[in-house]
Amino acid sequence: MASRPLSAFWAILRRDLLLAFRHRGELANPLLFFLMIVSLYPLGISPEPDLLRAIAPGAVWIAALLSALFSMENLFRGDFQDGTLEQIALSPQPLPLLLAAKILAHWLVSGLPMILMAPVLALLLSMPAAATWALVYTLALGTPLLSLIGAVGTALTVGLKRGGVLLTLLVMPLYIPILIFATNAVSAAAAGLPISGQLYFLAALLVLALTLSPLAIAAAVRISLG
Amino acid sequence: MWSFFHKLASPKHFYRIAGAWIPWLGGITLLLMVVGLYLGLWVAPPDYQQGDSYRIMFVHVPAAWMSLFIYVFMAVCGGIGLIWNMKMADIMAMTSAPIGASFTFLALVTGSIWGKPMWGTWWVWDARLTSELILLFLYLGYIALQNAIEDPRTAARAGAILAIVGSVNIPIIHYSVEWWNTLHQGPTVTRMDKPAIHSSMLWPLLLMALAFQLYFFTLLLMRARVELLYRERRSRWVRELMGNLQPSPLSNNREVI
Repeated sequence: MASRPLSAFWAILRRDLLLAFRHRGELANPLLFFLMIVSLYPLGISPEPDLLRAIAPGAVWIAALLSALFSMENLFRGDFQDGTLEQIALSPQPLPLLLAAKILAHWLVSGLPMILMAPVLALLLSMPAAATWALVYTLALGTPLLSLIGAVGTALTVGLKRGGVLLTLLVMPLYIPILIFATNAVSAAAAGLPISGQLYFLAALLVLALTLSPLAIAAAVRISLG
Repeated sequence: MWSFFHKLASPKHFYRIAGAWIPWLGGITLLLMVVGLYLGLWVAPPDYQQGDSYRIMFVHVPAAWMSLFIYVFMAVCGGIGLIWNMKMADIMAMTSAPIGASFTFLALVTGSIWGKPMWGTWWVWDARLTSELILLFLYLGYIALQNAIEDPRTAARAGAILAIVGSVNIPIIHYSVEWWNTLHQGPTVTRMDKPAIHSSMLWPLLLMALAFQLYFFTLLLMRARVELLYRERRSRWVRELMGNLQPSPLSNNREVI
């Protein structure tokens, strides 16, 4: 019996991944969004490599925030509309765990590709190699954080008709520490400084969010279900 | 003692008790504010570096304290409403949000006015100004969420979750921003051993802080009373109070809350 919650976790993970795989076309959208925002910076500011190098950490990370928010909207919406979310909430297994599975699945299809795409973007913005690695590390620690924190806002707004802008208002301020630590790490790496401090901070935030946010998300989902 | 709290939790008694408290709270607020402003604007000596322009501190600092206090208050009330299903706690949390946002805005505006002669610009991306701005965003997000949800019970519960998540995040935001960039003068009052501020300036500051605190509670009770009347508009005691016992033609198919 002890493994029941875990097997439910894997079942939800498998189901969500399968669902995502069946809608392959939609998978690319947040990534395209990420790429487009980043490519707007050289067009809007200047294609000068030195300038691009200076703004690159912020440019990539702001694009990552926006694209995470953009993809977040679909996290619970479909399941909420067809009643699956209610069934999940009614199941005897712990709701925070099941929702964590949903968030993990969502991160695997939306966060992980962003990390894989980061080196390409770094190339576009002519970032040095050290900064590229720092970008990959910070995205690896930061995108799960974006998903976990964003999921609280998504769960609160899922029942509303126009949750999109509201979600941005709710979640953006909470993203600011991640943005600060991540961009600082990338800038420091570009200047040849050690970045372990910033990475530890991000890791600490990730552990904190991993521990607490599933509980908040579960409470928020129950409220949205009414 | 407990029966008093139980009475406070019931809308009808709350309405009565709050009504009795408001004149007293308001009166003390006014008194403290007059004394604090007099001591701050006339009695306290000019600062040896900042001259007279530091006197905006007597509004700026209490407003900034209140902006943080009210957010925590909101989160605590939200938590109480969430755990014990207390209607009054919901109302308190909901009605304190706009007041908190106003205090945050006041702290930002006065900070900006103070910054002009001191730093030479209206706005700098200084750590504490920035975290105050983020706090304002948090308040506005909370208010927007409250407005977006129609059912008051759901709105209160959703708002409570948001406020609690936000209050966990406030220290993280504060320290990350502080670490990011700071230009602001260090804290001068909260140093426990010996505040780095002379008592002729400390007293008016503390009086103003107390006045702002009481002002908040006065305003909170007034707003809570209005909100209560609105939410309980179909209940018997409100209609008795308002002097019409006929059921309103609009309320036929709505449940009595």
